[in-house]
Amino acid sequence: MGSRASSLLREEDIDEIKKETGFSHSQITRLYSRFHSLDKGENGALSREDFQRIPELAINPLGDRIINAFFPEGEDQVNFRGFMRTLAHFRPVEDNEKNKDMISGEPLNSRTNKLHFAFQLYDLDRDDKISRDELLQVLRMMVGVNISDEQLGSIADRTIQEADTNGDMCISFSEFTKVLEKVDVEQKMSIRFLH
Amino acid sequence: MTARISLFAFCPVELLAFHETSVCSGSGLVRVVMEGFWAVFFPVLRVWFTCLVVLIMLPAMFGISLGITETYMKILLKTLEWATHRIQRASRAEEILKHSASNGLIQRDNSSLEQEIEELRRNRPKSAERGDFTLSDVLYFTKKGIESIVEDDVTQRFTSEELQSWNLLTRTNNNFQYISLRLTVLWGVGVVVRYCILLPLRITLTAIGLSWLVIGTTLVGFLPNFRVKGWLSELVHLMCYRICARGLSATIHYHNKQNRPKRGGICVANHTSPIDVVILANDGCYAMVGQVHGGLMGVLQRAMERSCPHIWFERAEMRDRHLVTQRLRDHVNNKTKLPILIFPEGTCINNTSVMMFKKGSFEIGGTIYPVAIKYDPQFGDAFWNSSKYSMVSYLLRMMTSWAIVCNVWYLPPMTQEEGEDAVQFANRVKSTIAQQGGLVDLAWDGGLKRAKVKDSFKEQQQKKYSHMVVGDDSSD
Repeated sequence: MGSRASSLLREEDIDEIKKETGFSHSQITRLYSRFHSLDKGENGALSREDFQRIPELAINPLGDRIINAFFPEGEDQVNFRGFMRTLAHFRPVEDNEKNKDMISGEPLNSRTNKLHFAFQLYDLDRDDKISRDELLQVLRMMVGVNISDEQLGSIADRTIQEADTNGDMCISFSEFTKVLEKVDVEQKMSIRFLH
Repeated sequence: MTARISLFAFCPVELLAFHETSVCSGSGLVRVVMEGFWAVFFPVLRVWFTCLVVLIMLPAMFGISLGITETYMKILLKTLEWATHRIQRASRAEEILKHSASNGLIQRDNSSLEQEIEELRRNRPKSAERGDFTLSDVLYFTKKGIESIVEDDVTQRFTSEELQSWNLLTRTNNNFQYISLRLTVLWGVGVVVRYCILLPLRITLTAIGLSWLVIGTTLVGFLPNFRVKGWLSELVHLMCYRICARGLSATIHYHNKQNRPKRGGICVANHTSPIDVVILANDGCYAMVGQVHGGLMGVLQRAMERSCPHIWFERAEMRDRHLVTQRLRDHVNNKTKLPILIFPEGTCINNTSVMMFKKGSFEIGGTIYPVAIKYDPQFGDAFWNSSKYSMVSYLLRMMTSWAIVCNVWYLPPMTQEEGEDAVQFANRVKSTIAQQGGLVDLAWDGGLKRAKVKDSFKEQQQKKYSHMVVGDDSSD
């Protein structure tokens, strides 16, 4: 028979996740089924290989960076709570946010937190700064072999020049936020969950 | 058939005699008990076999129906409807039932990379050169990536379809909790019926069917090559597949029989399980194509080969595509030979979609007869998840389901058109089958079940994005 997906998820867990992430009950159960189906080793946690098995993600140029965002510093496994916490960044922003009284003070899917998620895609060493090197690496991931090093370098230089306001040749989070202030982040970084 | 029954009747008698002599040294009580046991057991066996033959096998062999299966299906349907009602009533929120597998978890845009990135850049002050990079470009890839983590088109095709409502089988009990006592009792009765009554029945039938196949085809194989041989061979094959179909409690509805594959053609169908062969062969005779296996499969293959030509390849030969195509072409060009049956997906998919058709079968030439097979998952899940279940455990699961119900549509024959290459032709046939069977038409390769996706797809995306970064004056 094997273990049934829903039987491993208790009601208390669902309630906690609901409070923390704002997903509805049915969304949490369905995402748990999804988590369970990705978990080929059936050990209650996902590894990087489990994510790589999704073909659409494997062909995404930033696939590795996105997968990395799920794993906390230095860890190789992500459990369901961690999975939901990361996905919560992509919940659409609602007017009547019920979980405003959270420990961290702000819901996971706020504009700031969404921007922070995007910032971390660039910030490879997680030192809260995007250096020229890091920017180059991410650019290289996105364009593949189609652009020369020099051209890519000049693009990176120009980008940093435009964004950098305090002259340290790196992009900090506030500078990043400033560059993207006119972008509709709430819409572009939200996934429309049904039900 | 009666000869076989009387043979069976005699065997236990001899067994009894043997047993008597072997335990005569034991206590008299043991002997009496054993005698009693045999005396009860083998009449039961005799009755069992007579019933089996008269009520199921003989009608099956000649293609007539006594209505037993129909009654069984009616009772089953009523029971399942009642169960659905109960579950609906019990679950106040109807969300469990509204979320069928066809409703996705998320809603996705189908706009292209170029469109999305243009939108992202819209609010940025325009710079002098056409095309450039902005820090917000990364949002497009991020959203697409996260969407594919939540729900993607491919990985869900390699596991069994989720049901709208529980069909009283333990194996499909995903999200349905304890509802009521009556339902549990019904489930318990179901377990008893399926494992203690239906399972032995079905195993016996299949065993008889397969042994008859081997014996019958070998006997026919001894005949010289007259037309009678072909006719007899077809008869034997049909009878055996019909018995095997009864062995699975398969109810098959054939549609558009006028389009049935003819000799010298190639029959092409979507693949869900090894049972597809039994389903299709119930209504016509095909030449099978496949790899040579050892064991029981090998015995079957060799037996079938004796009475009419099939195409079996050695493992090493399969790699030589030219050789494979040539052999198939020779078979097809010989208009007296049976139509070939091929499953171009190359692997089992879960019957919710049709995946990429490998172009090899479409390069042979000849007329293609597409066939769409759609199983009804309510009565039993026919999909073979080969990474999870071995063939034997799969067959056991099949035989302990309620029944196998499916629809088979024969589609009008298709040929390759002018200026159309094999890949385009394959895609055209695939869309026709998908449309008829109500399945999703996917371009992804079924081989992704085991293999990694090709890097060329990623490179395509990178190339498209590069154009947006450097503008139309590409550096490559």
